[in-house]
Amino acid sequence: MSVDDLRELYQEVILDHNKNPRNYGELSDANYTADGNNPLCGDRLTVYLKLDDNELVNEVTFTGKGCAISIASASMMTTVVKGKTVKQVNDLFDKFHKLCTGESDEAELDEFEDEIAKLRVMSGVRQFPMRVKCATLSWHAVEAAINKKDTATTE
Amino acid sequence: MNVALAKAESNHTTFNIEAIRREFPILNEASEKNSVHFLDSGASAQKPDYVLKKMDEMYRTGYANVHRGAYTLSQLATDAYEGARKTVATFLNAESVDEIIFTRSATGAINLVAGSFGRAFLEKGDEIIISEMEHHANIVPWQLLGEATGSKLKVVPVDQDGNLSIDTFQSMLTNKTKLVAVTHMSNVLGTIVPVRQIVELAHANGTAVMIDGAQGVVHSKVDVQELGADFYVFTGHKLYGPSGVGVLYGKKELLNKMPPYEGGGDMIEIVTFEKSTYRDAPTKFEAGTPPIVEAVGLAAAIEYIENIGQENIAIHEDNLLKFATSELQKIPGLSIFGLSEKKAGIISFNVEGIHSHDLSTILDSRGVSIRAGHHCAQPLMKKMGVEATARASLGLYNNKEDIVALAEGIKFAKELLT
Repeated sequence: MSVDDLRELYQEVILDHNKNPRNYGELSDANYTADGNNPLCGDRLTVYLKLDDNELVNEVTFTGKGCAISIASASMMTTVVKGKTVKQVNDLFDKFHKLCTGESDEAELDEFEDEIAKLRVMSGVRQFPMRVKCATLSWHAVEAAINKKDTATTE
Repeated sequence: MNVALAKAESNHTTFNIEAIRREFPILNEASEKNSVHFLDSGASAQKPDYVLKKMDEMYRTGYANVHRGAYTLSQLATDAYEGARKTVATFLNAESVDEIIFTRSATGAINLVAGSFGRAFLEKGDEIIISEMEHHANIVPWQLLGEATGSKLKVVPVDQDGNLSIDTFQSMLTNKTKLVAVTHMSNVLGTIVPVRQIVELAHANGTAVMIDGAQGVVHSKVDVQELGADFYVFTGHKLYGPSGVGVLYGKKELLNKMPPYEGGGDMIEIVTFEKSTYRDAPTKFEAGTPPIVEAVGLAAAIEYIENIGQENIAIHEDNLLKFATSELQKIPGLSIFGLSEKKAGIISFNVEGIHSHDLSTILDSRGVSIRAGHHCAQPLMKKMGVEATARASLGLYNNKEDIVALAEGIKFAKELLT
């Protein structure tokens, strides 16, 4: 692994989200919540969502501690998930996961062009298979929350 | 040149770090994927040529199953396997070779003690004492035992520096305490635990003692007769030997009272569908085909470190630990966990504003391998008030350059992330 790969992983945008995470904190009127655990490193996040009657995400926040990648990814997740339907969140996660593992081709990513453009900054984790779990931890938690599971692990 | 030969020829015990490093192939094949500065020997150590060749040679020229065939190859393999047992017995200064049981790992050995000794001799309300700095391998088997028998776990706390209070330990011993299971050396803090004192106090209370030597045996000379512990466990792969083999030392009279742990071939005398009878230790506890070549590889690793001299290794590692501690303490925002006066080869630390996982990735880009995370010691992490730490652990092949690379890498990470 080279220092260039490293710069790709820790881009300014990621460092900024890590230092100043967006939508950080508990959501008192959340109706969906779940924990995300990464047993490998002990990182734990909690996500809070407020869904309306049409299964639309009105609010989403998170709390927890973790590495720069997991915190930045959680922060960015909250910015793109807000305003989406449950189905859209599931689809977006699927695409984001493929982006992180390098499985995606460009055609597949068309649907959420703006969101994917934003999230593409996380794709540096492709060079670091051990860190894909960090990038997807908060997404796993969101998926667990909207599918009414208490916890998600990256295992 | 082989270190052992070099020593024999020159007949002096100078610790030649450059010669030693040349004997570990992985340290000499630096590539983008390969760590030049390997500082994770506490998780698993690299292997010297001497071990690799012994194992390769056995597979090529002397391999068959053991204790079974009436043919030359099987006899050769049996001799090598039983010879390995003898090497381990001598290494630990066990009274008898029958006190050495080969397991799959240190974890396997602890589970054997829990599953056999624990289930046979512990009852509802009985107590097991462990310490706050145990590895999960020395916590979870006792919890499983507790679920099966109703026995309870009591935990001796550690102080700020990572020391265990002997007075507190003593006060926790009761007539219900049937077993004390403590680590010889903390895999997170590096603390060397006063196990000799613990054994004395426990035995005065009529309590058996198991020592987890996974780290301890690597950094200090162990004499089980002097120590007096009833059980001592360790693993091959942290001692420069192969993975897949561990050792349980147990006092003979105790082993012979214990029921079998696993059932299978080799451990039996007579099998009928109504009932089977079992052989004595160690065979009783080695059901199925054992880790044959791995045991031989472990014996080779023991020969290797004994040729260099455990005392010499300890002095080298201690010097390096002091150097590393002082270099890391110079870095602003870096705090070290575990500053016991009695510690060896391990430094856990955190850098303000940098998660250990990020630090590990950044160090890796500079050829430095360290461990990041909870080190299979989540209760200890909780006590220290952290989710994770970075950990550099030393092996006999580490040098000052490794430490300098670590310190420089941490400074680089700080520039990048903070």
